[in-house]
Amino acid sequence: MVSLLDIIGPVMVGPSSSHTAGACRLGLLARCLVGGTPEKAHIELHGSFARTGEGHGTDKALVGGLMGFRPDDERLRTALEIMEREGLDYQFEKTSLGDDAHPNTVRITLERGGRSSQMVGASLGAGRVLVTEIDGYPVEVSGNLHTIVLVANDVKGSVARIAGILADANVNIATLKLSRKERGGDAFMVIEVDDQPGEEVRDSIRTLPWVTWAFRLDKVSA
Amino acid sequence: MFRSLADAIREAEAQNTTLSAVALAAESKDQGRTVADIRDALRRALEVMRGAVDRGLVGDLRSSSELVGGDAAKLRTGPAGPLAGTPFRDVLARALAVQEVNAAMGVIVAAPTAGGAGVLPAVLTGLAAARGIDDEKLIDALATAGLIGAVVAERASLSGAEGGCQAETGAAAGMAAGAAVEMLGGSPRQVGHATALAQQGTLGLVCDPLGGLVELPCVFRNATGAAIALAAIEMAMAGIEFAIPADEVIDTMGEIGASMDVRYRETAGGGLAATPTGRRLARERLYELKRAGG
Repeated sequence: MVSLLDIIGPVMVGPSSSHTAGACRLGLLARCLVGGTPEKAHIELHGSFARTGEGHGTDKALVGGLMGFRPDDERLRTALEIMEREGLDYQFEKTSLGDDAHPNTVRITLERGGRSSQMVGASLGAGRVLVTEIDGYPVEVSGNLHTIVLVANDVKGSVARIAGILADANVNIATLKLSRKERGGDAFMVIEVDDQPGEEVRDSIRTLPWVTWAFRLDKVSA
Repeated sequence: MFRSLADAIREAEAQNTTLSAVALAAESKDQGRTVADIRDALRRALEVMRGAVDRGLVGDLRSSSELVGGDAAKLRTGPAGPLAGTPFRDVLARALAVQEVNAAMGVIVAAPTAGGAGVLPAVLTGLAAARGIDDEKLIDALATAGLIGAVVAERASLSGAEGGCQAETGAAAGMAAGAAVEMLGGSPRQVGHATALAQQGTLGLVCDPLGGLVELPCVFRNATGAAIALAAIEMAMAGIEFAIPADEVIDTMGEIGASMDVRYRETAGGGLAATPTGRRLARERLYELKRAGG
C-alpha cells in the first residue's frame, strides 16, 4: 500500500534516492552486524553503483551509513573526510556479482572489535533497500521495521521458543517469515518487530543450542 | 490510499469537502496515524522544501562534477526577460534552486523522487508567496499532491529507470498542478483537470541525464516541468476541461514508459546523454572527479 508520506518524502541528502539515500540505508544496516561503527570495511560495488556511484555520492553515503549517519544527515557530504579523520580503514572496489544481481548491489565485509561479518544488499529505487545475504546465508531484510534474522536447526517448537523470548522482552512481532531448504536442515527466520529489541534479546536467542547465528538489524526507513 | 483520482474526486464531492481532506482521512486509516500526526510530517517536509529553495537561491552551490549550479540565482539577479517580476519567473528560480541543492548533496524532500524534487516546492511555495496563502493551506496542498502521486505510483510508475522523466518531473508536474489548484480555491474536479493537463504535456518525456547523474538536464527539466504545471493551473482555473480523465492520462504515461527503449530510462545510453557534447562532458567531468579522488 502506497503511503502519502512515501510520496512526499523522504527528507534526504541528494542527489539520488537510490544511489544516495538507499546506499546510506545499506551502510546503516551493515553496521548492525558488528554492533556499531566498523574499524575496517571492504566495500565492493556492482553494476550501476560501480558505474555512476562516485557522481551520485554513493561512496560517501555508504561510508556515512557505516558511521551511523542517516539519509537526511548533511554530514554525508563530507563523510569521506570524517572517515579519514576518525582513522577508519574503509576500502572500495568495483566488482561484478553476476548477471542475477540487482544493478545497485553492494557487498560489504566489516570488522569491529574482533567481530567480522559480511552483507550483500541492493538499493531498489525510491530509497527502498533489500539485504539479500548475511555471512553467506540468503535472507530478505527491507529495514522497514526492526528485524531479527536467525539461522537455526529445524527443530520442533523453535518458533514458539523465539516468540516467547520476544514476548518476555515486551517486543511485538509484526511479521515472521520461516523458510528451510529441506526437512531437518537449516531453517531461516526473518522476524520483523514493532519495538527495537535490545542486544540482550539477540544474546538470549544466540545462547539457544539449536541457533547457528542471529543478528539484530535496525529500522532504517524514514 | 486511493488507486483512482476519479474515486477520490467522487468521494470529496459526496462529502462536500476537499481532496486533501479525503486523502488525509485515507492515510490516517491506512497507516493507523492521526491526521494531526500526518500533518506534522508534512509540515516538516514543507520546512525542508523552503530551506532548499532559500539555500539554492544563494547561488554559490556547484555539483561535484561542476556541471550544474548557480543558475537559480540568475533569475533573481540576472537581466530581466519578458516575464520579470511575475510569479512565473519566481517559480522557475525556485525549481532550479531546489534541484541545484539536490545536485550538490544538500537536503531536499524527494517528492515524488530526488530527481523531480524541484517542481512541487517551486510551484506551491512560489504561488503561496505571490497570493499570500498560509502554511495550513500549503500543508493541505502537499496532502493532495501526495494523493495524486500515490495514484501515479499505483497505476504507472514514479521511477525514471522504469518510465522515463515523464514518471519523475512529469508526475511532479501533475502533482503540483492539482495541488496548487486546490490551494487556490479550485474544486476537486478542477484538480483532476489540472493534473490531466500537466501530465499530458509531459507524455513521452525521456530520462537521459549525462553520465547517468541527476544533474543535466534534470535541473532544467524541473524548471520546465514547473512551467508546464503553471500552464495547466492557469487553464484549469479558467474552467478549461481536458476530455481524457486524469486516471487515463496516468495509465497512458505508464504504458508509454513500459514500451520506452532502455536507452531513454536513466541509462545514459540515449537522448542528450548520447550527444557528442553530452558524452564529452560526462567523460571529462567524471574523469576529473576520479582524478581528484572524489
